[in-house]
Amino acid sequence: MTKSAENPVLDPFEAALGVSDVKGRSPWEDAWHRLLKNRAAVYSAFIMAFIILLVIFGPMLISWESDFTDWDYTSSRPSIESGHWFGTDAVGRDILVRTLEGGRISLLVGLVATIVSLVIGVGYGATAGYFGGAADRLMMRAVDIIYALPFMFIVVLLMVVFGRHIVLIFVAIGAFNWLDMARIVRGQTLSLKNTEFIEAARACGVGDWAIIRRHIIPNLLGVVMVYVTLTIPQVILVESFLSFLGLGVQEPMSSWGALVSDGAQDMESAPWTLIVPSVFLTVTLYCFNYIGDGLRDALDPKDRL
Amino acid sequence: MDNPANLLEIKDLNVGFDTPDGKVHAVNCLNVSIKAGDALAIVGESGSGKTQTVMSIMGLLAENGHASGQALFKGKDLLQMTTSELNQHRGREIAMIFQDPMTSLNPYLRIDKQMTEVVMHHQGLNKTEARAHAVEMLRAVRIPDPERRIRQYPHEFSGGMRQRVMVAMGLLCAPDLLIADEPTTALDVTVQAQISHLMSALRRQSNTAIILITHDLGVVAGLAERVLVMYAGEAVECGSVEQIYYDPKHPYTQGLLASVPRLDKPEEDGLNSIPGNPPNLLALPEGCKFRDRCPKAHEACSEKPPMQLDEQKHAWRCFLGETA
Amino acid sequence: MIQDSGMLKHSLQRLLGLIPTLLMLVTVAFFLIRVAPGGPFDSEKLLPPEVEANLSARYHLDEPVLQQYFRYVGQIAALDFGPSYHYKDWTVNELIAQSFPVSLTVGLSAMVLAFFVGTLLGIAAALRQNTRTDYSLMGFAMLGMSVPNFVIAPVLILLLAVYAGWLPAGGWDWSIAYMVLPVITLSLPAIAYIARLTRGSMIEVLNSNFIRTARAKGLPESTVIRRHALRPALLPVISFLGPATAAMISGSVVIERIFSIPGLGSYFVQGALNRDYTLVMGVVIFYGFLIIILNFLVDLVYAWLNPKIRYDEKR
Repeated sequence: MTKSAENPVLDPFEAALGVSDVKGRSPWEDAWHRLLKNRAAVYSAFIMAFIILLVIFGPMLISWESDFTDWDYTSSRPSIESGHWFGTDAVGRDILVRTLEGGRISLLVGLVATIVSLVIGVGYGATAGYFGGAADRLMMRAVDIIYALPFMFIVVLLMVVFGRHIVLIFVAIGAFNWLDMARIVRGQTLSLKNTEFIEAARACGVGDWAIIRRHIIPNLLGVVMVYVTLTIPQVILVESFLSFLGLGVQEPMSSWGALVSDGAQDMESAPWTLIVPSVFLTVTLYCFNYIGDGLRDALDPKDRL
Repeated sequence: MDNPANLLEIKDLNVGFDTPDGKVHAVNCLNVSIKAGDALAIVGESGSGKTQTVMSIMGLLAENGHASGQALFKGKDLLQMTTSELNQHRGREIAMIFQDPMTSLNPYLRIDKQMTEVVMHHQGLNKTEARAHAVEMLRAVRIPDPERRIRQYPHEFSGGMRQRVMVAMGLLCAPDLLIADEPTTALDVTVQAQISHLMSALRRQSNTAIILITHDLGVVAGLAERVLVMYAGEAVECGSVEQIYYDPKHPYTQGLLASVPRLDKPEEDGLNSIPGNPPNLLALPEGCKFRDRCPKAHEACSEKPPMQLDEQKHAWRCFLGETA
Repeated sequence: MIQDSGMLKHSLQRLLGLIPTLLMLVTVAFFLIRVAPGGPFDSEKLLPPEVEANLSARYHLDEPVLQQYFRYVGQIAALDFGPSYHYKDWTVNELIAQSFPVSLTVGLSAMVLAFFVGTLLGIAAALRQNTRTDYSLMGFAMLGMSVPNFVIAPVLILLLAVYAGWLPAGGWDWSIAYMVLPVITLSLPAIAYIARLTRGSMIEVLNSNFIRTARAKGLPESTVIRRHALRPALLPVISFLGPATAAMISGSVVIERIFSIPGLGSYFVQGALNRDYTLVMGVVIFYGFLIIILNFLVDLVYAWLNPKIRYDEKR
């Protein structure tokens, strides 16, 4: 194993200086090559891209409206002739269109809540790690305390108290998911800030915030990327969990969790109402997990042993 | 030329590793032997293949590594053995001390468990006997208050003390061969000296043969009679300590010796070092592997130099210093 | 144990550390319910008279908020969650006492199953690293992590209960038959996660220097794994048991609903849909306490298994 491979923290720095291993490949290139070699991750990325395109553009291409109730075909099985390729639900709504539109909500929740947790987590973690000392101890103690709270139950409590609103779902999920991010970022920052290039920058009179922005955040990019890909499926799962319980998005809006819940009601008479949204949800989570795994392996070769 | 007097005879040993960038040739066509009770030092820079040589005969190569050739221990080829056959010899007849005493002991088990398991497994001692034996060994390596210390965990020992534990553990079954892979590198200079003295004293007592791997020529003189110098996976010179120290034939050995700081001779131009870096093991040059850094290189060096041997069994791989 | 004093100090420190977390939980719950529009403390809301009377008596609504808060904290400390807002003849304590044993039975069985099956699969994969066995085990583990249990549950019901008719589709009568599907469904994600975790840590341990030392001693490979590798490889799994319990308790909410199991999770969801504030708050605090205390116990076990922590605490 080369020296640079063992020190992912310093890699971007070494790359910038051109100090890298025998063949002169940068660590980012190295990581990219490793990622491309991970077939599961590459396939997952393609499938994921396909699902995202389908969810965005699919509903425009299908002639059915998601709330149109086709009384001639209630709970009809998937068929080409009826035009309902994946069947209809108990009131004759097209399952495919509903699943694709539900997917928009699920993916949107995943993305927005992840961004919320990303912003809070990186800001909080980098600050705590950078300043260290008493501030760090206090900030991390707070994280420990919140961490021990039963997150799922408090989200449900929030839903009960403030009513079910989609924005609240974003905020509630994002507000709890930043904890992991804060911990990881803090740890990385702490080990980074004692490295020589940060000290050099400080010796040159570069200010605290400039150092965080220019040196620490770019160096955190790898670990944050991995974390984001692993947080998105987590959030989608939480949202669908809430929706499944009837505590998430409300009719007429729908998400994959709500659709699975509806499908589970009718599964004996119309199993396709369960299967279609379940497959979309599962494949999405599966792909995100594989991409996240692949990224982690690619960016942190230590774990690959 | 099977010589029954040889305890270990390594013949045409090759060790390679498959990596994503290609095959790494760590050891190339190595021949060396050691007699019972002898002490051989293998010297070379990092990456010269000295550690992988002994790892291959211990069956401890990494997953992607493979060895070919022969390593005859008491006439039996260690490289051909299955793991369970190898386990008949490892720990009992061949023991090994590793480079990093801080991580080479199991942090989750007390010292007594880690020591007694060796004798209980190989010699069938019961717990009490094994324990008494282990305490004795700890005393032999001069660990104070061994009865109490043996109940402790590794992290309660300093680095030097841990290496003493490793030495004691290696000698538990009175092995015929003790392999010590840079046993003192990670330690303070004073502790280094203590460990070296300890090993040579124990060796005299028990007639154990030692293979000492090091990049520190100072350690060699105190412990070994014979020295093998390796460079880029090849043996470049082999001889007695006197031959190597006072009459080095290979330019690399000469460079190594010149780079040892000495108090008894004034330095004209500070510390000497060998210019350049060892070759990339993924793409070894044809001919002499040292020629790019060699001050005495000439055209002939693009051919592989022969191994030369003089009457005093001093061998070197170079066109220079011919005996004929 | 030689390091008993160190362990004791460690435990006490950790125990004291729990107090702010518990207090935070109770505080969040109290003030959330207070600000809730249409909640039991909302003076504009028309309440059933008997609940109104109950609440006034219990929360002393005429007192200042801060005094009510301290009174409430005192009550919670005595584990008294007050009357249910929806089930008029019940206190929350009675509802918990009646339904929690059911949840505990399912949850504990799932936990034990997940631990043993997960670690075994993980070790098996690690010992056959990069073989077909390893890849397929890890592929299944990834699937187990990715398929939500509210998807697995209906599918299993459909296949094993509705089509095959081998097992009941739901309900509860304290017999094994009713437990099989819920326990399997609940444990699957944890099995998957534990298997991945065990594989990763086992591979890391097997590549460590002290395992090389153990092999150099000539011990049989099975001894090397059992005696030297197993404990360090299982440490990450032990510390995962805390979060795993929390995840399982969340999961049980869904599972109990799907399988119509009269556990605490069912009451919780019903309470949430009925806006039964006191019940929801009671369950949140109860499960919160449970998770926090389990985390504490897991921490102790971890410290006990790891001599280095015991030693560091002692100093």
